[in-house]
Amino acid sequence: MSKQSGSAGGKISASDTKGRGEYTPVTYDPQYILMVNELKKYFPIKGGMMSRTVGQVKAVDGVTFNLKRGTTMGLVGESGCGKTTTGRTILRLSGEKTGGQVLFNGKEVYELSNKEMRSMRTKMQIIFQDPFSSLSPRLPVGEIIGEAVREHNLVPKAEFNDYIDKVMDNCGLQPFHKERYPHEFSGGQRQRICIARALALNPEFVVCDEPVSALDVSIQAQIINLLKELQEQYKLTYLFISHDLSVVEHISDTVGVMYLGNLVEYGKTEDIFRNPLHPYTKALFSAIPVPDPNAKMNRIVLEGSIPSPANPPTGCKFHTRCANCTQRCKEEAPMQREVEPGHYVVCHLYDK
Amino acid sequence: MAKKKAEGYLSGRESRRISRANRKVTNELEKKRKRKKVPESEYLTKMHDPDNAVEFDNLHTYFFTDAGTVKSVDGVSFEVPIGKTVGVVGESGCGKSVTSLSLMQLLQRPQGQVVEGEIRLNLGDKAVDVAKMPYEAVQHLRGNFVSMIFQEPMTSLNPVFRIGDQINEVIELHDGEGKSKEDVKKRTIELLEMVGIANSEGVYRMFPHELSGGMRQRVCIAMALACNPKVIIADEPTTALDVTIQAQVLDLLRSLKDKINSSIMFITHDLGVIAEMADYVVVMYAGRIVEKGTAEDIFYHPAHPYTIGLMASKPVVGRQVDKLYSIPGKVPNPVNMPDYCYFKDRCEMCVEKCGGEYPCEVSLSPTHKVSCYRYYDGQMPEDVNPAAAGEKAENGDPAEGQKPGDLSTAADKDQEGGDVS
Repeated sequence: MSKQSGSAGGKISASDTKGRGEYTPVTYDPQYILMVNELKKYFPIKGGMMSRTVGQVKAVDGVTFNLKRGTTMGLVGESGCGKTTTGRTILRLSGEKTGGQVLFNGKEVYELSNKEMRSMRTKMQIIFQDPFSSLSPRLPVGEIIGEAVREHNLVPKAEFNDYIDKVMDNCGLQPFHKERYPHEFSGGQRQRICIARALALNPEFVVCDEPVSALDVSIQAQIINLLKELQEQYKLTYLFISHDLSVVEHISDTVGVMYLGNLVEYGKTEDIFRNPLHPYTKALFSAIPVPDPNAKMNRIVLEGSIPSPANPPTGCKFHTRCANCTQRCKEEAPMQREVEPGHYVVCHLYDK
Repeated sequence: MAKKKAEGYLSGRESRRISRANRKVTNELEKKRKRKKVPESEYLTKMHDPDNAVEFDNLHTYFFTDAGTVKSVDGVSFEVPIGKTVGVVGESGCGKSVTSLSLMQLLQRPQGQVVEGEIRLNLGDKAVDVAKMPYEAVQHLRGNFVSMIFQEPMTSLNPVFRIGDQINEVIELHDGEGKSKEDVKKRTIELLEMVGIANSEGVYRMFPHELSGGMRQRVCIAMALACNPKVIIADEPTTALDVTIQAQVLDLLRSLKDKINSSIMFITHDLGVIAEMADYVVVMYAGRIVEKGTAEDIFYHPAHPYTIGLMASKPVVGRQVDKLYSIPGKVPNPVNMPDYCYFKDRCEMCVEKCGGEYPCEVSLSPTHKVSCYRYYDGQMPEDVNPAAAGEKAENGDPAEGQKPGDLSTAADKDQEGGDVS
């Protein structure tokens, strides 16, 4: 049973017109820092006797995108749609992938030896969602930021202190903060520490996993501005994961909308926000509260909640909640197609 | 820098002295509240306006901590009219939640105490002052007249009891007289259906962990509505939810409010949600109200620099800016508040007078009030009733009221100018 649904999942997630079932390997294109091709990550469900694997949670089920150097890609979707798992799987932080390719600077991340992976880690970093639980309460801030720098021998010992000061200064922290402990800081300051920790290694690519969701509006603005400044200064590439669409619109160059482990729509930020195509994207956008009391509410309220990724619906995964669902949607999984240049959507409505 | 450290430093002796003094104050207040069989006349009062469901009048809620007294709510006055929604906005730590907890008398005892002011609650045929009520009496208000929807549906449900039992408990406790077990169950199922849970019989026997976040919040709403309260306090009910689920919950709250004709006090930090839900908006900063008015007043003519800053710092879909505005600095230390305007140190629109004592409330229109020196001078608009303009306020004029809007658009233009590249 599980085997069967596994192969069905492969077909569903064919998000490249070429890649059906099994993916077609991509070749490295130097303009892209990161190429993700048909990436899959399934988590086993253990149960029954001898804790056998009785099923799989298809957290990421065939995600394909390319990320240009120095740009930001926003990844949006409901909680449980696999945004965070995508980010972590790209960084090889959640064990082995189930399928697909992750090419970082042309190298397959999952084929690197431990030693190569270690040096690669300095090039790809992550900023976690919750600045309250992602900092060790027992280490002073200077040590939190400097630990990895020392571990990787990035700077000579004599320059170490100056280097940490410089990194902290870039992220808006004072040198005397170095001896303090995380509990002495407010939420916004902690998030700055997290950013400083990621940037101390001089990375090229940073996964920002909901970096502002836990912060107040005014602090949010500070952190977003900081991330943008640092991007310009160091030519960073961000994968910005968030469920706040207004933040994503502000910071991203391209946007991917995820639903139940798949990218349903992908394209330039302007295109997606000006002309959302997929019914799910439309519903998602109409649900954004507008700070204007007289704004007309043409809201598409989605019924029900997101289906279980352990047992996704057949055909188009969105058909259970879609207003434009047809018989075909229930049976056949849609392919990704390019509606405008650079604007991809996975939906039968746009088959011509 | 060294000086800064010394400022916040407390020696053990000092700390002990503070805690002794605190105990003296809190013990006295606690004793008063724990009395039994208090005559009703002691806390009966009269509403200033019978159309209001709740009136907060000069409310002061302090927390007596070992590091000093934290004035969480420091002179807050506003009304919740019957059948309307009042939104309370502000950053975390500004006292929004403490205001609502004071109404519910759910403050962390014995440190948290209402030390001054009145909270008048309209019970229909009479009105009571919740701030003076003993514990015993407040218990009859909770659920029946005031109830609360909490922020985290994950933590506000008990994981070891079934959903049905938890809602039954509310009904039995507050409204259970003369009701058989079947009646209570029937009512619970009816409530679950009312909040849009399709499989109500099934959910009745489920545990909280079997439900998704949105469903759990629906259960919490059902629980809050169980005894048809007059006032519902919604403390960030959608903050932990996704946008699509948030839309569902907001729709639900709106339709239910009309159905049972109650008032909602809606606490959130999301301006978008406030705009959608609220008829009246109260903006709080560091324990005080800096601006209040109708939703139109606040969103179309924000007057206080803090409100303006708050609006500018939120990215809005469809509005392109290169750099978001961010309010400089941070909230002052709650133990040691300055004696001038609390926002002065972060304010970019300061005038000379700002160094003076905390500004009092000025009316910009009959509904729109703001606490800021920038609106002190200028002529009084004809339509403003001087009595309503606060004790010694001198009133601002409408032209002055336009000014902040102009400023913010100018700032926007600047930002857009940089965006062209």
